[in-house]
Amino acid sequence: MCLSIPSKVTHIDEESNVCTVDTMGVERKASLDLIDQPVVIGDYVLIHIGFAMNKIDEEDALASLEVYREIIEKMEEEDRRQAILEDDNCPNRG
Amino acid sequence: MSDLQLKDLYDGFRDPDTIKAFKKIIDEDAKKLEHPINIMEVCGGHTHTIMKYGIPQLLPDNINFVHGPGCPVCIMPKERIDHAYVLSMQEDVILVTLGDMIKVPGSNGSLQDARSKGADVRFVYSPLDCLKIANENKDKKIVFFAIGFETTTPMTAALMDTVIKQDIKNIYFHINHVTVPEVMRELIDSRDEHVDSYNHQIDAFLGPSHVSVISGSKIYEEFPRDYKKPVVVAGFEPVDVMQSISMIVKQFIENRCELEIEYKRLVSYDGNKKAQDLINIYFEKISLFKWRGLGNIKDSGLKLRDEYAKYDAEVIYKDILPIAQIEDHKLCICGDILRGMASPPECTIFGTACKPSTPIGSCMVSSEGACAAYYKYGNLL
Repeated sequence: MCLSIPSKVTHIDEESNVCTVDTMGVERKASLDLIDQPVVIGDYVLIHIGFAMNKIDEEDALASLEVYREIIEKMEEEDRRQAILEDDNCPNRG
Repeated sequence: MSDLQLKDLYDGFRDPDTIKAFKKIIDEDAKKLEHPINIMEVCGGHTHTIMKYGIPQLLPDNINFVHGPGCPVCIMPKERIDHAYVLSMQEDVILVTLGDMIKVPGSNGSLQDARSKGADVRFVYSPLDCLKIANENKDKKIVFFAIGFETTTPMTAALMDTVIKQDIKNIYFHINHVTVPEVMRELIDSRDEHVDSYNHQIDAFLGPSHVSVISGSKIYEEFPRDYKKPVVVAGFEPVDVMQSISMIVKQFIENRCELEIEYKRLVSYDGNKKAQDLINIYFEKISLFKWRGLGNIKDSGLKLRDEYAKYDAEVIYKDILPIAQIEDHKLCICGDILRGMASPPECTIFGTACKPSTPIGSCMVSSEGACAAYYKYGNLL
């Protein structure tokens, strides 16, 4: 299965163009030969079969998360409203 | 900018509340659909996510999945596996490959069977591992049996690049790289020809994740434009898939037909230019590549360019590689499954004669295959 867990670059060997990455606590090495933009320590990359395929835009990732949070907050608000309406109409209310 | 914690990102994309929130949005929007829509996920990684997280059960009845041909192991025809088998049986050859390829049966057996007969077949996690094997076995010929879509092609090209730059004398390539837009086109066209014989229309596509990281979303432009099929490039996490479905449904209810990217954190319109350039240096299209179950598809495969023929195992071993065409197993309906015309449980040998321990068809061999995913996660059966 192709996983797409972001890996954080922790070390770069410029001579071999190989970086060391941390993926959820697992450390391994990956080639930077396919990366078409500068990579520095602390960047997030996607690793696939021994190569960094692309940088993961930190801002984009955070923005995506923010979208989800907004949805949840919105839904929760609707849920709350729905719950109040249902409560108003609750047949068990004496 | 706040620090991005890996855990936040990871959990965020699997968060049940977020998935449920998307479910509510999709449920509401789906009520406005004029007709049911069938979404083909092209990529095996998506099939796996969809089955693992039970996404079909979360969706309303008028949104269905059609499982596509996006597993590189599943679509490998027996003829190519037979090539690998013959190569592996050469005394001075070490055959190296990726993934589940080693388990797929050819007409003489699988590479695993070849290994049990004494062949030196090795499974690696990265093509670059060939360098170490070559260095440790200078008296042997290392043949890299290269497989995969646009995702893994640049990695093979990078290995080729290193072999040339370091003047490594004992690494050769057997290329089986295939391309996604051609098979998507074939699926639509061939289904148009058999309009009466299929029961699952393809209305929209979930675009593959990793393929698109390399090639960019631009490779799917023709599908909304010429075929009127929306494409949303989706990430692999369940939240990605749910959000992408929501985007597709919105296109239908808003009467739009577009190419969109959900997986923006990794995919751009143009993709990874460096990887694409490397592919173009070493590879060119071949006129036909046979896909297991689907037959010959025009322009859907790659080969090494002629100037690199001295590294091409298909050229070097031309005289010993079998050329016979082989029919697929009569009872196996992998072809119909890859075409999205049938679902795994519709196969008479699914889960009985054909299961992961004794696969007959390739969709059962790879963990990314639709049959294997149904077998593993399909408690509904």
